[in-house]
Amino acid sequence: MAFDKMELRDIEVWDGNFAAAQALRQCQVDVVSAYPITPSTPIVEGYAKFKSDNYVEGEYVMVESEHAAMSGCIGAAAAGGRVATATSSQGLALMAETLYQASGMRLPIVLNIVNRALAAPLNVNGDHSDMYMVRDSGWIQFDAFCPQEAYDLNFIAFKVSEDHAVRTPAIVNQDGFMTSHTAQGVHTMDDDTAFSFVGEFKPMNDMLDFEHPVTHGVQTEEDWHFEHKARQHNDMMTIVPGKIDAAFEEFAKLTGRKYNQIEQYDMDDADVAVVCMGTSVETAREVAREMREKGIKAGVIGIRVFRPFPFMAIAEALKDVKAVAALDRSAPGGTPGALFNEIAGSLFNSDSKMLLSGYIYGLGGRDLTKKHLVDLYTELQANADAGKVLTQQQQFIGVRGPKLAYL
Amino acid sequence: MSEMKKIKNLKEFSTSADRFEGANLLCPGCAHSIIVREVLNATNDDLVLAASTGCLEVCTAVYPYTSWDASWIHIGFENGSTAVAGAEAMYKALKTKGRLKQPDRNPKFVAFGGDGASYDIGFQWISGCMERNHDMMYVVLDNEVYANTGGQRSSSTPIGSSATTTPAGSISYGETRNKKDMMGIMAAHNIPYAAQVAPNKWKDMVKKIQKGFATEGAVFINAVSPCTTEWKFDPKDTMHLTDLATDSLVFPLYEVIDGHELNITYRPKEKDIVPVEEYLAAQGRFRHLFKDQYKYLIKEWQERVDANWAYLNRREEARV
Repeated sequence: MAFDKMELRDIEVWDGNFAAAQALRQCQVDVVSAYPITPSTPIVEGYAKFKSDNYVEGEYVMVESEHAAMSGCIGAAAAGGRVATATSSQGLALMAETLYQASGMRLPIVLNIVNRALAAPLNVNGDHSDMYMVRDSGWIQFDAFCPQEAYDLNFIAFKVSEDHAVRTPAIVNQDGFMTSHTAQGVHTMDDDTAFSFVGEFKPMNDMLDFEHPVTHGVQTEEDWHFEHKARQHNDMMTIVPGKIDAAFEEFAKLTGRKYNQIEQYDMDDADVAVVCMGTSVETAREVAREMREKGIKAGVIGIRVFRPFPFMAIAEALKDVKAVAALDRSAPGGTPGALFNEIAGSLFNSDSKMLLSGYIYGLGGRDLTKKHLVDLYTELQANADAGKVLTQQQQFIGVRGPKLAYL
Repeated sequence: MSEMKKIKNLKEFSTSADRFEGANLLCPGCAHSIIVREVLNATNDDLVLAASTGCLEVCTAVYPYTSWDASWIHIGFENGSTAVAGAEAMYKALKTKGRLKQPDRNPKFVAFGGDGASYDIGFQWISGCMERNHDMMYVVLDNEVYANTGGQRSSSTPIGSSATTTPAGSISYGETRNKKDMMGIMAAHNIPYAAQVAPNKWKDMVKKIQKGFATEGAVFINAVSPCTTEWKFDPKDTMHLTDLATDSLVFPLYEVIDGHELNITYRPKEKDIVPVEEYLAAQGRFRHLFKDQYKYLIKEWQERVDANWAYLNRREEARV
């Protein structure tokens, strides 16, 4: 029985979860192997309903844990077809072992992570602890700031991940609840146009090609392991960024929506800038515009591609900026935040005199308000005027109790 | 239609084309390779194979070599079952979508795991695969110990066995818990077919494997795999040990159809039944049981084996 196509309006009112589910449907994924967890559950529920209503022709395997979900994805991807799943937080933590296995085996898989805090204490709300936890797992990581982007980036993720020169799995992040459960207008593609962007899956080293038996997931020790890992990293550093840019370009031609590895807002002449991810990017943009009205030349950089980290683009964008704040939405656990470290690394051996300060915010879904950002930009301008960081390098935004500041 | 091999005798078997090569790193005398060959040799159909981390995996796929002339995957310790389930799901999807490269084939999906990977760490994954009734076969290479990592106890390790994490000592007779009834648990998933096999009874085994391959849905196989290294016997005695295991009824050979219909498939004549004591005495891992203070355990062993045999006979007779 052939599957049915779905008629969509040009603009649908979708939350991030449903937007991602629709993208998976339109990509005609061959196998979804999944396990539900808040707040990503509606992605797999939405997909299940598509399957029940004959909008999906592929297999949908509801397994018994997130570890099994990714294990099933790996087996399915090695068999040779388009594969996707979704998870959050604790589910991702349980899945973590298999993420390294998937990337080490060079299997194209798309994983939607609806970002959520990690226990303990147990918390279902959005922060980036889960995203950060798997940052060295060898997966490409995209970050969506809103439902539209959660939709679009799934197509781009398949396109890049499945490229035979890449063969590396990809994550599409979106903020738990703030994106996943917030309905907005989403510009859609019709089913044929959407599928034409990703195209028919082209298998490579597929286990279902019985004329060419393959062995997946071998053992290597000190004799070969390093070469495999170095090659994997090399491809992330040298091949993947170009493929991502090409996919962004092609997607822009198709839809008019142009993505970039870093999304710059008012950065051309900015004296002070905030670098952040997720829904905070939109809040920061709004506050930056208001700061400009007050005479502070404020800009925003949103990290669209978290892995491979766009070091060169960051260095170029920040080279003339006087004071920069790195906003990290993850408990740092005894170090500066990840964005702080990577921005510092991007500019360390350059001529930049940029002043960098780090802020931890929004843990467990705590709001980042416009007021917080006004204060932050004001602090950055004071640093810029003084020519030095006047505060300690690491501060916490919006946490109750005595002020926390370190370094 | 499935294409099953017709193998009439051991000579035919030993000269049959092999998709699991002899060039591997398994110990001399290891029963794993014998079992794997017996499984693979049961069919001419294409194979999609998985192995969980363990002896079989580390000894057969060390880059840049492979012992497998068939599609093969290893992911981790716990998820060989789900690797094959994922591949089987992809097969179904591509079949529906008309995208199989060789649509005329009839591949068999088989996952191998040791008892550590199956009774312990991968238990949930196997249970999930059985419950979802994937069209696959899961084969436990049951050597009752974590052999690959040097002999730690698993939940398949029987009472009185000295393992490195339950060593016999001045105040210990070794493992204190009895072996988990994996066959009972898997059959309780009401899967179409579950069977216990032994490589010495190869005709019985091939028959069961072929029955499993002909079955649509999930199949569970528990294969006794005497381990020369950890059971501590001479590598030349592997088949002798397997004979002792089946003929003492420590490893009874039977099958369970649809979770309830139990058939005993090997029934040694009364006079041929070997005392459990002989089975234990042939292995270094039980040597300490023959000290006076632990001899009562040998008696208990015999009683337990007798009780289990009686239970299986009652199940067979009752057809429930």
